[in-house]
Amino acid sequence: MDVFVDAIRQAIQLLLSGDPYLWQIVSRSLQVSGLAVLLGLLAGIPLGTWLGLARFPCRGIAVALVNTGLALPPVVVGLFVYVTLSRQGPLGSLGWLYTPSAMVSAQFVLAAPYVAAITLAAVQSVPPDLRLQARALGASRWQALLLHLREARLSLMAAVAAGFGAVISEVGAVIMVGGNVHGETRVITTAIVLETRRGQFATAMALGLILLAIAFTANAFITRVQQAQPRRRRPLAS
Amino acid sequence: MPAFREAHPEYRVRVIAVGSGEALRLAARGDADVVLSHSPRAEEEFMAAGYGGARRQVMFNDFLIVGPSGDEASRCRRLDVASALTCLAESGALFISRGDDSGTHAKERLLWTAAGVEPEGDWYLEAGQGMGAVLMMASEKGAYTLSDRGTYLSMRERLRLEVLVEGDPVLRNQYAVITVRDASNLEGARAFAEWIAAPNAQALIGEFGVERFGRPLFSPNAAAR
Amino acid sequence: MDVPPESRIEALLRGEGLLRTYEGRRVVDVDWIEVRTGEVLALLGPNGAGKSTLMRLLAALEPADAGRVLYRGREARRSDPEFRRAAVAVLQKSYLWRGTVVQNLEFGLKVRRVSAQVRRERVRGVLEALQITHLTEAPVDTLSGGEAQRVALARAMALEPEILFLDEPTADLDVTVRRGWLADLERIVRHAAPAIVLITHDPGEAFALADRVVVIEEGRIVQEGAPPDIFEAPATEFVASFTGAEFMLDGEVTETREATLIVRLDSGQALEAAGRAEVGGRVRVAYRPEDVIIGLPSSSTTSARNRFTGRVARLHPQGGLVRTRLEIDGLSLEVLITRHALEELGLAVGVPVVAQMKATALHVFPV
Repeated sequence: MDVFVDAIRQAIQLLLSGDPYLWQIVSRSLQVSGLAVLLGLLAGIPLGTWLGLARFPCRGIAVALVNTGLALPPVVVGLFVYVTLSRQGPLGSLGWLYTPSAMVSAQFVLAAPYVAAITLAAVQSVPPDLRLQARALGASRWQALLLHLREARLSLMAAVAAGFGAVISEVGAVIMVGGNVHGETRVITTAIVLETRRGQFATAMALGLILLAIAFTANAFITRVQQAQPRRRRPLAS
Repeated sequence: MPAFREAHPEYRVRVIAVGSGEALRLAARGDADVVLSHSPRAEEEFMAAGYGGARRQVMFNDFLIVGPSGDEASRCRRLDVASALTCLAESGALFISRGDDSGTHAKERLLWTAAGVEPEGDWYLEAGQGMGAVLMMASEKGAYTLSDRGTYLSMRERLRLEVLVEGDPVLRNQYAVITVRDASNLEGARAFAEWIAAPNAQALIGEFGVERFGRPLFSPNAAAR
Repeated sequence: MDVPPESRIEALLRGEGLLRTYEGRRVVDVDWIEVRTGEVLALLGPNGAGKSTLMRLLAALEPADAGRVLYRGREARRSDPEFRRAAVAVLQKSYLWRGTVVQNLEFGLKVRRVSAQVRRERVRGVLEALQITHLTEAPVDTLSGGEAQRVALARAMALEPEILFLDEPTADLDVTVRRGWLADLERIVRHAAPAIVLITHDPGEAFALADRVVVIEEGRIVQEGAPPDIFEAPATEFVASFTGAEFMLDGEVTETREATLIVRLDSGQALEAAGRAEVGGRVRVAYRPEDVIIGLPSSSTTSARNRFTGRVARLHPQGGLVRTRLEIDGLSLEVLITRHALEELGLAVGVPVVAQMKATALHVFPV
């Protein structure tokens, strides 16, 4: 147990001392995953909304595909993005491999279907007649749609938090397309792998604690949202 | 491994493949009974600290400096590593380091020191990954790196890298087998160490790679002084 | 039904040849229907009859597969701002959005870009009219079912529409709440809008609130008229049984008179009933249990032509009323009398009674 206690103690000291190596890695993680999730929102929310509300022949298959997005293995995404961005690949000319751009791309591919799948479920959980009622009060189709999304907004926010938690914790995609290069593409997860291998447990632990804190915050937010379900007061005598 | 199992069916061997640095650290923690590594300095520290029982050399292979092909690139081709590295540093060519405290990384640091160059700057990338991954990176980016011959040869078809420097004696990479003093299975450890230094195993080592690459990847030297 | 002349000054809304099909099934098939100013119109029918769909077609919330809806003589469309302002609907479930009551009430007004001042006045007005001023800032998820219905109605009334559609305004409420709400509705509905279209499956509600009732069966209008007309002269067997004349006797017409028929029931008795049919034709005679007058054999007769002697077979107390079954020579009659009457007459199983029914209380339908 000593090894734990020691490592944690040193880890906390490292964190408090504002060690630049650590914080540069954390900041990069937040930027990469943050940008990936933001882009994922821009793509995923419209896609999820459309799939949730539209009706067309192959809808069932499309929905199944998007729902698989919740279970996409990061390493597989990493593989596809790597090959795409490699010199022989279709987008090799971008020169993005082993740069943060590649990492954002891979995590975007992970985040977008995630957000789309959750948006799809959130949008479907709002009764469809809600939009009809809005229109029956004079709203246009667009206004009714925005209202529908507003009603689902809590679930949407939870979707964002879940997506962010998922991508910032993954290591498979980001190490393959980023390369874990010191000062350039090293993020929390890839750094933990390296530092553990090097026997630098304190550093690894410090990064691990930060990652746990981030994951915890994301989940706390989601839990709060889920618990804020409508409360019914005892019905008054009318 | 199959050969060892044939010779000593009474032992079960679990192989953990990691870099030398990590291997020795594992052994120091008691997570291994016997270590095969190629990081002499780290090994000496390991023995000095009293973790090791007996250490003997087993075989050696060599390292190479590899890099992109083309006339531009071969400007720095030399027979000795030190001047090649100096040339690379001055030209600002991209160099990728293992950056993971592995045996290869330790060797690389030694070479820079010997060349009198402090490797830092935009051209020097510390990858923090294994040999295969670093070779792929070097191939993609058109960069130089230090690699052991075995890994390079096994991946050569998929890489756009060719040899810049080889044969310099300082590139020799010695492997040793060390039994861990407080091993839980000391008997098995000793059996393995003896077996690998014995003529049968040494002959196997000497033949390894000939079929595929036309030349052996390792030179057995347990018997040599 | 006669088709009225094309132009009707009072008709705000007119549906012509409306057809709507879902998955091969005809849900609405209406030749014509009108909504008139100054009137409460009820669309009455059982669940699944297509009344809600008809409402949605009239409010242009759903496109018809054939036919058209005219508002003041021109085509009614949601894209037409005037029609949007004129026709407002409250759907069956209250569908309040997240937020406070006030935010919901202001919704439609904000969509119309009404000024804040006017918004405030209107909102205050409807809060008072529906007696929910105390709920102004209440978050919507703390409201009870009845309160939510009031807010939903207030939200629509705040828009001061010309035509207000109410889809089953009492359907989701439990019994006590419903009674109170119904009483309030009677008071409110008159003034809520120039024209009101009420959709309901409860004949009682329709007759209490509406000036004119349209009875719908399987997407078609089977009768239209003022409540008393529908009550006293149901046009079809369906209308009769749906509005309470649920008991049927089978027989054959033996004689026709000026306004009545003589029907010989399969059980042997002869009845004089109102209606028209051919002699020799098979018919069903519908009656309401409350229209059977029970007396003791010794008491004086009324003007009822149909008089039978029989015995009490079963008594089913139902709160303040008692459902009684009489056996009369192979004929079973269901009767509804008050408990008071039961005691007065000293009725019990086996007691002999005289049952009488007026000809006008019996409705004849050819089979």
